[in-house]
Amino acid sequence: MKQVTILSGKGGTGKTTITACFAALSRNSVFADCDVDASNLHLLLNPRITETIEFKGLKLAEIDPSKCIKCGRCMELCRFNAISDCKVDLLHCEGCKVCVVNCPVEAIDFKDRVCGYAYFSETDFGPMAHARLMPGMENSGKLVTLVRQNAKKMAEVNGRDLVLVDGSPGIGCPVIASIAYVDAAVVVVEPTLSGIHDLKRALDLLRYFEIAPFVVVNKYDINEANASEIDDFCSEEDILNLGHVPFDPEVTRSMVVGEPIVLYKKNSPAAIAIKKVWKKLVAQLEL
Amino acid sequence: MKIVIASGKGGTGKTLVAINLALSVNADQVLDCDVEEPNDYIFIKPSNTISESVKLLIPEIDESKCSYCRKCAEFCQFNALFVAGETASVFPNLCHSCGGCKLVCPTEAINEKPRSIGEIFIGDVNGMELVYGKLNIGEALAVPIISAVKEKAKTQGLVILDSPPGTACPVVESVMGTDFCVMVTEPTPFGLHDLKIAAKVVIELGIPLGVVVNFAGIGDRGVYEYCETMKLPILMEIPYERKIAELYSRGIPFVEEMPGWRVKFQELLEKIQEKIQ
Repeated sequence: MKQVTILSGKGGTGKTTITACFAALSRNSVFADCDVDASNLHLLLNPRITETIEFKGLKLAEIDPSKCIKCGRCMELCRFNAISDCKVDLLHCEGCKVCVVNCPVEAIDFKDRVCGYAYFSETDFGPMAHARLMPGMENSGKLVTLVRQNAKKMAEVNGRDLVLVDGSPGIGCPVIASIAYVDAAVVVVEPTLSGIHDLKRALDLLRYFEIAPFVVVNKYDINEANASEIDDFCSEEDILNLGHVPFDPEVTRSMVVGEPIVLYKKNSPAAIAIKKVWKKLVAQLEL
Repeated sequence: MKIVIASGKGGTGKTLVAINLALSVNADQVLDCDVEEPNDYIFIKPSNTISESVKLLIPEIDESKCSYCRKCAEFCQFNALFVAGETASVFPNLCHSCGGCKLVCPTEAINEKPRSIGEIFIGDVNGMELVYGKLNIGEALAVPIISAVKEKAKTQGLVILDSPPGTACPVVESVMGTDFCVMVTEPTPFGLHDLKIAAKVVIELGIPLGVVVNFAGIGDRGVYEYCETMKLPILMEIPYERKIAELYSRGIPFVEEMPGWRVKFQELLEKIQEKIQ
């Protein structure tokens, strides 16, 4: 079984649009939406949830006012400024347990808290693992790891040979969790200066974790000079460019209808280009 | 006054709004809180930039004092310490710098040393200050860098903050303590889905908010209907226009080439000021 993550660095370059198309074009895959705090893949793949599990992140501190002697020791030790007036601010609490073990009267509990939900689902194209982090919560990296474990399980049970992971923007905690131990990553870039800047940081991250990168240039015709700059950069760096996808208003329409563009308008320019990209990727992965 | 530009979904135009607003109203300072993928400095190029390293304290084990009792490893909630047999190791990337291991060590074998996880930069853009941060490649924790950027916030004058995408802890860190949040969205089901979650975060933080619809004209009416139901004011619409997209792609703030838009951004600020009062 192989695992491939779709990434971007910069947000809104078309990760989910492309992942959904790959899902529709694949024959034997499982899908994992690892953008757990702003997930969108379900809006195109319309999963039917078969099982929901609670996600508990780290435990957090809670002070029992009836036991608290207001000595201030916890406030002094907390490095996250999460305690004031002998109350824990849950948005700042890092769940490190320092206050819990250092309270002289054991007035601080360390409590589980539901931070989100992970789902096992079925789609028309294959099984899907996804999740929902509650707004503002920490530990999105941990939830990403859980979604990936769920996807892997489903792939094993159903004998699927590929896990397609839809990543989140950025290069921090959830992104690192979404690329750990994958066989390859596809970076979707738009031909803007910010897109190119963020592409380079995403590629540096993949190099750091020794993951094979591929690139797709989406909406390449917004700025063709920048698009060819990306092509040149890829050939200099010896990175395989899987192709160019044009800006296509049908993509937005497919989003409104809630269907991958390769099904909604098979012969639209974007759909044709994405099919070519997928063929190239499949050949590279030797599936 | 601190105004934060946030979004939920990535790529809806946070940076576009932050930069063009800042230039149109002569803001005193711009804080780019997207430290994973900072982009503001591409559009407004700062000069005389100085940098500061952002450091976290991480444990260092003095094995001559260590009794390999494993108390530190058992205590650490982030699996940043590993003790087996007569080896004790630290995984710096996993450490959240809480200092707990040092406190639980019975033999005083743990000291802390600073370790850099990124940098912040402070530069001048024709009298306006730009502060941005960069998380080092391979580091997981963006929040300490965001806090370091925010520590540079001016207490007087108009400060515009550009938030990272999403709805998790980096967004909370960026939005907290501001006077108003402008939520930039696109009128599509993706934009709407993420707007709803992000708006919830901001409302829970008790910060007043309004919406800017970017790429207006594409997609559907879902965002507008949601804003009406939730009584969220739509402060501005930016149409999908090839020229704006093209200028953006070249790293040019569009108010510089389309000066009529300056007035619209000035009106946006006036509307925000009214809402705050």
